[in-house]
Amino acid sequence: MSTLATTHTRFGTGIYHGKLGMWVFLASEIMFFSGFFGAFIVLRNLNIEVFTASAHMLDKTVATVNTAVLITSSLTMALAHLALERGEQGKFRLFLFITILCAFGFLGIKSFEYATKFGHHIYPWTNTFFATYFTMTGFHALHVIGGLIPMIWMLGKSLVKGYPQEMHHRVEALGLYWHFVDLVWIFLFPTLYLIF
Amino acid sequence: MEAVLSQEKHAHAGGHAHGESFIRHYIFSTDHKMIAKQFMFTAIFFLFIGGAFALFIRWQLAYPGQPIPLIGQLLPSTWVNAQGAVTAEWYTQLLTMHGTIMIFAVIIPLLVGTFGNFAIPLMIGADDMAFPFLNMVSFWLFPLAGVIMMSGFLMEGGSAAAGWTGYPPLSAIASTGQTLWIVALFLIGFSSILGGVNYITTILNMRAPGMKMFDMPMTVWAVFITAIIITIGTPVLAAALSMLFMDNFLSTSFFVPAHLTVATRDMSRTAGGGQPLLWQHLFWFYSHPAVYIMILPGMGVVSDVLSTFSRKPLYGYKAMVYAIIAIAFLGIIVWGHHMFQSGMNPLLGTTFMVSTMVIAVPSAIKTFNWLGTMWRGKMEFTTPMLNAVAFVSMFVIGGLSGIFMASTPVDVFIHDTYFIVGHIHYVLFGGSLFAIFAGLHYWFPKMSGRMYDERLGKLHFWITFISFNATFFPMHILGIGGMMRRIYDPTVYDFLKPFQPMNEFITISAIVLGFAQFILVYNLAHSWFYGKKAKRNPWRANTLEWQAPSPPPHGNFDTELRVYRGPYEYSSPESVQDYLPQTVSPEELLAQRQRHEERLAQQEHAQPVA
Repeated sequence: MSTLATTHTRFGTGIYHGKLGMWVFLASEIMFFSGFFGAFIVLRNLNIEVFTASAHMLDKTVATVNTAVLITSSLTMALAHLALERGEQGKFRLFLFITILCAFGFLGIKSFEYATKFGHHIYPWTNTFFATYFTMTGFHALHVIGGLIPMIWMLGKSLVKGYPQEMHHRVEALGLYWHFVDLVWIFLFPTLYLIF
Repeated sequence: MEAVLSQEKHAHAGGHAHGESFIRHYIFSTDHKMIAKQFMFTAIFFLFIGGAFALFIRWQLAYPGQPIPLIGQLLPSTWVNAQGAVTAEWYTQLLTMHGTIMIFAVIIPLLVGTFGNFAIPLMIGADDMAFPFLNMVSFWLFPLAGVIMMSGFLMEGGSAAAGWTGYPPLSAIASTGQTLWIVALFLIGFSSILGGVNYITTILNMRAPGMKMFDMPMTVWAVFITAIIITIGTPVLAAALSMLFMDNFLSTSFFVPAHLTVATRDMSRTAGGGQPLLWQHLFWFYSHPAVYIMILPGMGVVSDVLSTFSRKPLYGYKAMVYAIIAIAFLGIIVWGHHMFQSGMNPLLGTTFMVSTMVIAVPSAIKTFNWLGTMWRGKMEFTTPMLNAVAFVSMFVIGGLSGIFMASTPVDVFIHDTYFIVGHIHYVLFGGSLFAIFAGLHYWFPKMSGRMYDERLGKLHFWITFISFNATFFPMHILGIGGMMRRIYDPTVYDFLKPFQPMNEFITISAIVLGFAQFILVYNLAHSWFYGKKAKRNPWRANTLEWQAPSPPPHGNFDTELRVYRGPYEYSSPESVQDYLPQTVSPEELLAQRQRHEERLAQQEHAQPVA
């Protein structure tokens, strides 16, 4: 039995398991956020005045800065993968570090936004707009944290004994996820802050 | 890159074949066969819990207010009254949890978790799933969710009681049990999605050399399409559950309309402005496709079983595949037919009605192809075959009663009556569960390495089949007679009183049905240790899993596999046997034929002498 070649290296589609699985997973993630967007559309049509008034209470400037931070992190994530593929450990570490920094920056700014809202006695239960706002951005933030954990693990590993170059496909799969998280925000930002 | 990848994976795959600890082997196993067994044992455990709930419900309907026999006095006072009869509060919890458990903790884990995990790698000739670790996580989320859901019964206010559909506002302003229900379903959904990602990747990437998509057995096709529905539908339910959780836990108003006042909860923080119908749309966007999650794998298993035991190729293989794809696609766009009575634009209702009716076309393709498969076949009525034939006939009854509900004018009359209860059980028990019984017996020799007891298998089948029909067929009549679906005590209405003997008949049949399942468990458990040793290919079947030893070791196969043909070459004129495994090469086939002809010639030569 053990003399047979493992079937784990069969890639019938030409795409390795991690990447293919990540694409399928991201398809399901799109449907997850679609549920919230669908709810947003329905509730907005029911409570158009409440939504318009509440959306104007959000801080567009802070959100714009946050968008820039997150897009930057997507760029550095792609650069980190490219560096590892080429075997440039130093660059990989640097770009991964910047990505992590940006992710923390994004979460920090988001927390500041949340804290400001709580300071003004605005909570998820205040009205349907803030219910959707806190739920959607909250789940997005959870996804950011979900991406941060493997990033920190990879950075730690690369600092201790260098991240193996041949495992760059893991960084690529994580990068796919990270671009998706970025993309969700690109949809959330206009929906919640700009269209009203 | 490929070479580097292969090196790394080699190290990984070679590392855990032998000498694993008990915990790694039996508990936190990454072997797909062990995970399939874990899913099976857990789901059968829940089958008995869900079944017991059903019997409590039936007892109350047949003998309202009378103490539950034997154990009535032993149950806690929050469940039963002083005499030991089911209270109204516990009744609503029971029917909620019966539905939830049977769907999420029995049918889906058995069809998708057990058969998906067991059959996919074996039937496509792989040594494991693409993501074995993810597979393990996917399993362990399931018992965790089960414990969380069941713990609702110990909470103040009891478990979830808003029905398995959890319609708000009732579910949005409910007890702790409801919140636990939400969390548990969320975890099960996550487990499903991880499984779905794993199945899709495995099937697309890891098929044996030579195996095209259209060389895959129907079971693999069906689970593949099911996995696609799971990855598309389940996250929408997760989003809806998240919002329902927020409504319950943080008093938001996604699904809570304005000015709602209830006695049991302080509503001062709730702002209102939500839309209860929004939940129904999101819920059914998942839960209607979920109906197909619960039947498509069964259709796949049944197709394989019917072809094997009819000793004939599956009739219209490609049509069967396209029919599954069509059912899956249509299944995603018909969710509104659950909401005809919820308030809907009549034009939209008509749209949903028509799209629902269209599902009859691919379903009929499947049914006629199953009949075509059996037509003039050399049928062998083993236990799996009996169960598979029962699946086809019960699915037809369930499908036909579905057309009643799909037509809006008829639905006005029978909506939320026992007609729908009868229908859903013909599809989920008569359909899915008989397919599960077929699959359990069919793969039992491969799973355990031993044969089950055919006599007990048939006994279980016949008792189950007869008592199943006696239980659920009269429900259609009750429904037409106006008996409501979630009623606690039918005798409070004069017009339902004449139906009481029928209710008693159903309950007695249900008790027989419930206790007959102990035969199944006894048969499988006893045969697992004491059954006759199974050969590699006891059914003389073509698909790849029968090329592996019984039971397959870690890594599954002991020969290099190459696939030369489709899975249903039974009674082929090319072969000297009445089956032709997918792995037999053309050269080997030729050699077999030559040997056979030589043998025939020798016999002819020998005869005149004698």
